[in-house]
Amino acid sequence: MSAADERLAVPPVLQVQALTLAFGGVKALTGVGFDVAPGSITAVIGPNGAGKTSLFNTISGFYRPAAGRVLFEGQDITAVPAPRRARLGLARSFQNIALFRGMTVLDNIKLGRHAHLKTNVFDALLYAGRARREEAELRRDVEERIIDFLEIDHIRHASVAALPYGLQKRVEMARALAMQPRVLMLDEPVAGMNREETEDMARFILDVRREWGVTVLMVEHDMGMVMDLSDHVVVLNFGQVIAQGTPAQVQADPEVVRAYLGAGDVAELRRRLRAPAAAAA
Amino acid sequence: MMDWAYLFEIALTGIAGGGLYALAALAFVLVYKATRVVNIAIGEMLMVGAYLFFAFAAGFSLPVWLAILGAVLGTGLLGAVIERTMIRPLLGEPPISAFMVTVGLASILVGLVEIIWTADQRRLPEFLPNAPVMIGDAFLAPKVAYGALAALVLIALVLLLFRFWRGGIALRATASDQGAAYMMGINVPRVFSLAWVASAMIAAVAGIVVGAIGGISSTMGVFGLSVLVVVIVGGLDSVLGALVGGLFIGLVEALAGAYLGGEYKLLATFLVLVAVLMIRPYGLFGTHEIERL
Repeated sequence: MSAADERLAVPPVLQVQALTLAFGGVKALTGVGFDVAPGSITAVIGPNGAGKTSLFNTISGFYRPAAGRVLFEGQDITAVPAPRRARLGLARSFQNIALFRGMTVLDNIKLGRHAHLKTNVFDALLYAGRARREEAELRRDVEERIIDFLEIDHIRHASVAALPYGLQKRVEMARALAMQPRVLMLDEPVAGMNREETEDMARFILDVRREWGVTVLMVEHDMGMVMDLSDHVVVLNFGQVIAQGTPAQVQADPEVVRAYLGAGDVAELRRRLRAPAAAAA
Repeated sequence: MMDWAYLFEIALTGIAGGGLYALAALAFVLVYKATRVVNIAIGEMLMVGAYLFFAFAAGFSLPVWLAILGAVLGTGLLGAVIERTMIRPLLGEPPISAFMVTVGLASILVGLVEIIWTADQRRLPEFLPNAPVMIGDAFLAPKVAYGALAALVLIALVLLLFRFWRGGIALRATASDQGAAYMMGINVPRVFSLAWVASAMIAAVAGIVVGAIGGISSTMGVFGLSVLVVVIVGGLDSVLGALVGGLFIGLVEALAGAYLGGEYKLLATFLVLVAVLMIRPYGLFGTHEIERL
């Protein structure tokens, strides 16, 4: 069965339909639409300023679109505020790392579970009943699965502010995983990472999907990684979808090549686009 | 020749009095940390707490514990109303707008108190034990001692809640990164309300104690002036700064009052303020803002 057939077989977990977003007179997104198949890794790419982060912010509820809808598991969530989307199972990381700087790694990760906890103030003060039970449960899940999985055991009690960049990115991913997401949105997961860190992160993304069955939607500039990992690629330019499909389809699209590199020799540019993919493989 | 026993006694009084500054400063920092609003009306919220206690205890002759509870809840409610009606609509406006609103709020609260209770000075019913407290050979005025004790207990409680309660953790997370907190499923507007309510409640307790020591009047809001000095010295967004700053300013005031004379108290405090602002403009423990481009 080809990837395209597979996509038709199951209903999409996330649907973006005719999304339009404007800041004053500037249109950041125009009629953007695509589907995210459950269990897939879908990448959104595009030149700087194409509207990728705006799209992410709209899907996660930071921005209210002027038109269009966002559907999560068939349910229209366009008007649902961001904190409730988090509870529904939509987690994300940020392009500029947004960890709680004064806290330890463990506290940061545990905060990811915040939305799912029900402890009240009296439980917490006495550390009794629900507070104790929830904390124990959380600890087990966080410590045994997430921390081990992301190989950050050695820094669990470290303050996040002091960690190197690559590790901070990993902690942010751990925090998003603690949210028990169905869809994990990663905004440039490997931006600014060296080769080795990038490969580690790519491995984690693949493993997250395998172990947790989490669907991944990411914005990324590293073409090699996008082409290697993704099942489906959506290309944005000037706030519009100019192409989407499998990595191979997208790479073969002359429109995409033009968007990235301006008009030119298509064959030459296609070769350049593929080069990093081959190097990473 | 220094009289060490006398110095010890003064220092002790200063630190005990500083406990109240620390408590009120904590109320201020709570709001600033969570919402980035500089609440100039903190002294007036203190005053409202004290007057509500006066109304419940003297007006309705309720038992003291009930009057305290009523005053704390009433002031908390006031905090919620202020946040919802005056501060929330200004979300996203420049910080100066919310700041100016709190300046106006201070006048409104003073006006309300004068309309209801007149501008006369009043005494709160006696409810603190008045046997003198001796620490070693040093004498400590009982009201100051018990006031400091109350402040200490409440500060400890607040710190515990900050550390272990979900709402407290949500508050810390919001203070650290609003966007990320929002994405974690934390209801940020509710955290804002929570911060104002908690701040108002703490201010009420501080107000009751301040009123018990020195009586209440519509001008007792000037206590807030010293609290502002405390938080600027300690750092607007630092809980530790509020605590250390409170004790420090209390100590400075007591020493200046004892050795230079009462009229030098404020002079000494503001000299400290100027010195700190020259050396560390963001306060002793405040975060040096780093803007990301």
